[in-house]
Amino acid sequence: MVKDYLPVLLQVLVAIGFAAAALIVSVILGKTGKRNPTKDSAYECGMKPEGPSQPRFSVKFYVVAMLFILFDIEIVFMYPWAVVYREFLVAHGAQIFWSMLSFVSVLTVGYVYAVMKGALDWKN
Amino acid sequence: MMSFLSSSDFWFLVGTSLAKTIFLIFLVVLPMVSYTVYAERRVSAAMQDRSGPNRVGFPISLLGFKKDFSPFLGGLGQPVADAVKFLLKEDFVPGHVNKPYFWLAPCLAMIPSIVVLAAIPFGSTFLGVDMVVANLNVGILYIFAISSVGVYGIVLAGWSSNSKYPFLGGIRSTSQMISYELGLGFSAVPVLLIAGSTSLTKITQYQVDHGWLLLPFTAGMPGLREILLWIPVVIAFVTFTICMFAETNRLPFDLPESETELVAGYHTEYSSMKFALFFLGEYTAMIAGSSLIVVLFLGGWNFPFIPDGSAGWFWGLVNISVFFGKVAVLLFFFIWVRWTLPRFRYDQLMKLGWLYIFEIALVNVFLTAGILAFTK
Amino acid sequence: MSPILFWVFALMMLVFGVAVVVNRNPVASALSLVVSFLGLAALFVSLDAFFIGVVQVLVYAGAVMVLFLFIIMLLDLKAEQRRKLNLAAWAGGGLVTLIFVAQLWAVLKRFPLGRQPFPALPPGPHDDVREVGMVLFSTHNLPFQVVGVLILVATIGVVILSKRELK
Repeated sequence: MVKDYLPVLLQVLVAIGFAAAALIVSVILGKTGKRNPTKDSAYECGMKPEGPSQPRFSVKFYVVAMLFILFDIEIVFMYPWAVVYREFLVAHGAQIFWSMLSFVSVLTVGYVYAVMKGALDWKN
Repeated sequence: MMSFLSSSDFWFLVGTSLAKTIFLIFLVVLPMVSYTVYAERRVSAAMQDRSGPNRVGFPISLLGFKKDFSPFLGGLGQPVADAVKFLLKEDFVPGHVNKPYFWLAPCLAMIPSIVVLAAIPFGSTFLGVDMVVANLNVGILYIFAISSVGVYGIVLAGWSSNSKYPFLGGIRSTSQMISYELGLGFSAVPVLLIAGSTSLTKITQYQVDHGWLLLPFTAGMPGLREILLWIPVVIAFVTFTICMFAETNRLPFDLPESETELVAGYHTEYSSMKFALFFLGEYTAMIAGSSLIVVLFLGGWNFPFIPDGSAGWFWGLVNISVFFGKVAVLLFFFIWVRWTLPRFRYDQLMKLGWLYIFEIALVNVFLTAGILAFTK
Repeated sequence: MSPILFWVFALMMLVFGVAVVVNRNPVASALSLVVSFLGLAALFVSLDAFFIGVVQVLVYAGAVMVLFLFIIMLLDLKAEQRRKLNLAAWAGGGLVTLIFVAQLWAVLKRFPLGRQPFPALPPGPHDDVREVGMVLFSTHNLPFQVVGVLILVATIGVVILSKRELK
C-alpha cells in the first residue's frame, strides 16, 4: 500500500537531517588550526605526493561491474519466481521449476564462458 | 493530504511512524553502534590479552558528586567521550580535494544504512502498533536496493579526495561490494522460496508458525520435508553471512582499508565528524545486516514460549529485546571473526565471491526448489 | 499518493534530468541521473508498482550508474570541463528533441487509450511481486526465456570486448 511508503520518506528525511546536523555542529564546535602547504597536501605516509593522484586502474574492475549488472538482472527475475513458486507448484505442477532452470542454464553458459576466458581471474 | 486517508488517520500514521523512527535510530541503533565499538575494543583486548579502554566513567563529579560514576567493567563512558571528541576536533578539509563531493560523500555513506532500517520488523506489536517503521511488501528487495545505493558514498569519497590511497580504496571497495551483492541476492532466494513472500513481516510470521528456518524445531517436531529443507537453509545461511561480512567491509574482507597497503582506504583524508559519519555508517550497516540475518534465518523477534505483543505491552517490549539480543549475539560473532581470520588477498577475495559463493548459492537455489517440487 | 508528493518527485526528476545535460562535470551529471532515477522510482511507487520502483533503484541506481561512475573516473575530467560548446551539436540536439515531442504529441492525440484515465486498482491488499510472478511464468514464459538469451549475448559481448586488455 502506498501509505506504507510514507514512513520511508519520513525516515529518509530524519537520516538527512541527522547527517546535516552532525556536520553543522562539528563545523561550529570544532577547532580551526593553521593551514600550511604540507597539511594541505595529499597523505602519502609523510612523503611528498608523487605521480598522478588518480592512477589508471585495471580493466578487470569494469568487467566485474558489467557482469554484475547482467547477473543482477538474473536475480531480479528470481524474486517474483520465488514468491509464486509454491503457489504455482500446487496449481500447475513442476513446470515453473523447469522454466527457471532453463533460464538460468542459458545464463550459466555465459558465466562459464567468462570464467574460461579468465575474465574473473585476478591472479596475474 | 492523502486522499484515501482521513485527516486524523494521516496524522496518526505520521506520528506513530516518526515515533518509531526516532526510537529505532536514536534510542536503539545509534547507542548500539557506540557500544558495539566499545565492545569491539574490549573483546579484541580480551582476545589479545590486554585490557582495552577501562578507565573512562561518567564525570558526575562535575555535577557535585564525590566520585565519578564508573560502573561494571569501567570504560563505559568511552563511547560518549569519543562522540564529544569527534565534535570538538578540527573540521579540516584539505586543499587538494574536490570540496562539494568531499562533503557529500560521508552523508551518502551514512544515510542509506539508516534508511535501510525502515523495513526491518524489530518487534511484534506494542500497544497495537506494528513494530516495523514501514511494512513493505517488497521489504527484502528494498533493503538490497537501498544498500546498493550506499556504494556512492565510498566511490565519491575515494574520487573526491584526489589522493592515491583513497582512490584505490574506493575502487576496490566498490568492486568488492557489487561482487558480493550477487551472492547476497542468490542466498536470500531459498528463504523466499520457502516463505513465499518478499515481505519481511510475512517471513517472520512464517517462522513464528513453522519454526525458525535455521532451527526448525522451535515450533514442534519437524517433518521429513522440513529436515530436508534444513540442508539448503544452512548453506544459504553460511553464504549469506559470508557475503554480509564482505558487504560491510569487515575482516577478513577489509581490503578497502587494509592499513598495510592503503593506509585507511577511502577515508584516509577525512577527519573529525566527517570521518565519524563513515564510521557510523559502517557500524549501522553492520547492525542492519545482522538484523536482516536475524529476520531471514533466526526467526526475527520470535522466541519459543514467549507470546507476541497481543498478549500485553510487556510482551511487546520483550519481543523487541529478544530481537536486539539476537542482533547483539551476531555482532559478537562479527567481532570474534575479526580476531580469528587473517585478511584475504584481493585475487582470493574475487575468486571466493565470483567462483565459490556464486556457484554454491546458485546451485542451492535449485536444491531448495527441487526439494519443494519433488518431495511431499 | 497525494498530488503534492507527485509534483515534488516529478519536479525533482525534471530538475535533475536537466542537470544531467547542463552540468560540465561528468561526475555531477552521473549523480544527477541517480537522483532522477530515485525520483522515477518514487513515481512508480505512487502508481502502486512497488516491485518496479524497487528494481529501478536496485538495477539502475545501484548497478548501471556504478559502472558509469567507474568509466567517468577513467576520463580526464579537466579536459572534459574545458571543452567548448559545439553550437551545431546543440542545434541538432534541440531539433531532434522538438521532432520527438511533436511525434509523441501526434501519436498520443490519435490514440484513444492514451486519453483514458488509469483504471483503478481493485481495493484491498495486493502483492505486486506475486502478480508479476504469476504473469511472468504463465502467459509471458517465452519472452522471459528470450530475455535469458539476451543477457547471455550481453555477457559474451562483455568478455569479448575486454579480451584484449585481459591478456
